[in-house]
Amino acid sequence: MNIELNRFQTLLNKALDNMLTDEERIEFNSLLASSNEYQEEWNSLKQIKEITKTMKLKNPPEEMWDKYWLGIYSRLERGIAWILISIGAIVVLIYGGFKAVESVIQDPTLAWFLKAAILLLIAGGIILFVSVVRERLFLRKSDKYKEIVR
Amino acid sequence: MIETERDAEFIIKAQKGNKNAYGEIVKLYMKRAYFSALSIVGSHDDALDLSQEAFIRAYQSIKKFDTTKTFYTWFYKILRNLCLNHLRNKSNRVNSFSEILEDLENIKDENQSTEKMVEQNETKKIVWQAIWKLTPEDREIITARDILNTSYEDIAGLLQVPTGTVMSRLYYARKRLRKIIEELQ
Repeated sequence: MNIELNRFQTLLNKALDNMLTDEERIEFNSLLASSNEYQEEWNSLKQIKEITKTMKLKNPPEEMWDKYWLGIYSRLERGIAWILISIGAIVVLIYGGFKAVESVIQDPTLAWFLKAAILLLIAGGIILFVSVVRERLFLRKSDKYKEIVR
Repeated sequence: MIETERDAEFIIKAQKGNKNAYGEIVKLYMKRAYFSALSIVGSHDDALDLSQEAFIRAYQSIKKFDTTKTFYTWFYKILRNLCLNHLRNKSNRVNSFSEILEDLENIKDENQSTEKMVEQNETKKIVWQAIWKLTPEDREIITARDILNTSYEDIAGLLQVPTGTVMSRLYYARKRLRKIIEELQ
């Protein structure tokens, strides 16, 4: 990039933010005097800055701040509740599944090939589940771009 | 006591599971977080929800936080990603000027006539619309500097880029803002 242009950008930003030193102000003024384009850019950006610096984000009602932490605390608590519910549900489901398989195997009225098919179905489901979970965990650990917004 | 040392005391307790200590951290940074989110997403409800969600995610990862570093810089990365993802997943609507910004009526200047103030308010509306038409990254840097008055050094810390890069990004963001304003006028 053109060194002069680069310097102009730096000085322009500082001028807009009222941060020029005396020396920089002299340098900036001489740059402005050397080019109409610089002068025009300075004028238009100064006008915008005059407006943006008067903009003020609205303060929310004071009670919002009083309830802010409580809102986070409640959501954290709910998160823990969901974890406990999930663990409980998984245990109940595994136990229920085990009992169901047990009753199928012990049922003398069911044909052997039907029992084998049910077992194959369950084994397939378990392998699929483990594979997906492992893949997710591996990606979570090794994806160095996980923090990057895609 | 400097900011990092003050925060470290609470964070070490929070890392041991003390939620009330984390509550103190939240209370210290909630306003800054809310206004940062508001300047990116432009909606009160979304800014409230996203800033709270960022504090929740930060708490869930608090054990990974290095207490010698600045909490807010680390936290801001989470907040910023949440806000930018939120904008990508949501259809962009131009947020109401009056919903976000203080009206000039509330910042009365004795020396100015009513007509002048109305005119200024109209110009502000156009500038606000233009700010909203910028990319979230441009909007973030302009609002951080011009509306939230964040220093170049602090912006550099938050965005984890050198100060020179902040100045360069700000320059181009301001130029793009000028172009949009010209199109709107």
